[in-house]
Amino acid sequence: MGGSVRIGTTVNRQAHEHDVEPRLLLVQYLREVVGLTGTKIGCDTSSCGACTVLVDGESVKSCTMLAAQADGSEITTIEGLAQGDELHPVQAAFHESHALQCGFCTAGMVMATVSLLDEIRSPTERDVRLGLEGNLCRCTGYHNIVKAVLAAAGTGR
Amino acid sequence: MIPAPFDYVRAGSAGEAIAALAEHGDDAKLLAGGMSLLPLMKLRLATPTVLVDVGRVRELSYVRDAGDHLAVGALTRHRDLETSDVLAAHCAPLRTVASEVGDNQVRHRGTIGGSVSHGDPASDLPALLLALDATFVVRGPGGERTVAAAEFFRGFLETALEPDELMTEIRVPKSRGAGFSYQKFQRRAQDWAIVGAMAVRNGDTRVALVNMGSTPLRAVAVEEALAGGASMTEAAERAGEGTDPSGDINATPEYREHLARVLVRRALEAASA
Repeated sequence: MGGSVRIGTTVNRQAHEHDVEPRLLLVQYLREVVGLTGTKIGCDTSSCGACTVLVDGESVKSCTMLAAQADGSEITTIEGLAQGDELHPVQAAFHESHALQCGFCTAGMVMATVSLLDEIRSPTERDVRLGLEGNLCRCTGYHNIVKAVLAAAGTGR
Repeated sequence: MIPAPFDYVRAGSAGEAIAALAEHGDDAKLLAGGMSLLPLMKLRLATPTVLVDVGRVRELSYVRDAGDHLAVGALTRHRDLETSDVLAAHCAPLRTVASEVGDNQVRHRGTIGGSVSHGDPASDLPALLLALDATFVVRGPGGERTVAAAEFFRGFLETALEPDELMTEIRVPKSRGAGFSYQKFQRRAQDWAIVGAMAVRNGDTRVALVNMGSTPLRAVAVEEALAGGASMTEAAERAGEGTDPSGDINATPEYREHLARVLVRRALEAASA
């Protein structure tokens, strides 16, 4: 039992093929197999959202998805957002609004925000607070994070 | 945390999934979005030796107007329910409750059939489907059968679904213009309900409770009191009758009964506004 399954993914526009154990979680696949450690493991129980990545453009908690379930999918991690030295608008807004302290939740917050703004282009503050309910930050009290998201959406000024 | 080892089978269709279940027997488990099953497997509270992944069976993802009722494919994701125009027109409560499940990330993966088949009394959707008198269509090696929601939930994480059966469709009566409210009490926005109460007013009044026993429940005593002419406040006082809430880190059974009375009153008032 266990064996392995062959999976093909596109991670940050780069194609990968691997034989993986069926029980390998997507977050372990990204960190340990593909070698991208920007995605963090926080609670490991799908509560905190630190492991949030985009699968086919939508936010998911990669600690609660099997790598095998991502076969054939396009995955975007925090490493895939910037274009060279140019930060993604959401990353730039987090920087500008000082939307982080220790930074552990930040990759997940940013990825959840990218997905949220794709679904709601001009969110209200309430939309942002509800939309990020799956991401916990223990430092900031969320205030600057909400400010950053509204700024990135162009609705916070 | 890593699940115990298992074999992985991906089903391309409902038929393939049923064949795989028949082949692997009781040790196999269906995997839809995985939002309930994978956490249990990571904690090793569930250790299936074969996972049959039905997550890509697109033929079971739809919301259709079927004339006198709505037909919802079992593998329709919560995200697709909360944005469904068909639901907005014919069954707004289902859309509302789907939007209360977990968080965005969970709703991008979790499915209505997965939630119902898991049979967790703390889940949001099973209680609503009970209140709406939904019907579940399940398919096994012997063919298809339908089970009324009232007959489906048997015990804690225990349903009328046989180990070799797959839920394929949820049939929901139309409830256009119904007054509705879901009062969900939780500590963090993304959490399970510590207690939840929902009221559907559409001629009669149906009241359902989340996390007040080993299964989702109808608050029968409240419904009867209202039918007998009691005020909403009087009827809500009976919300604890027929329930058997557990005690845990979040609440004692007594506190859950108190919450049920308060939340039922609020749900009745909001559904009537």
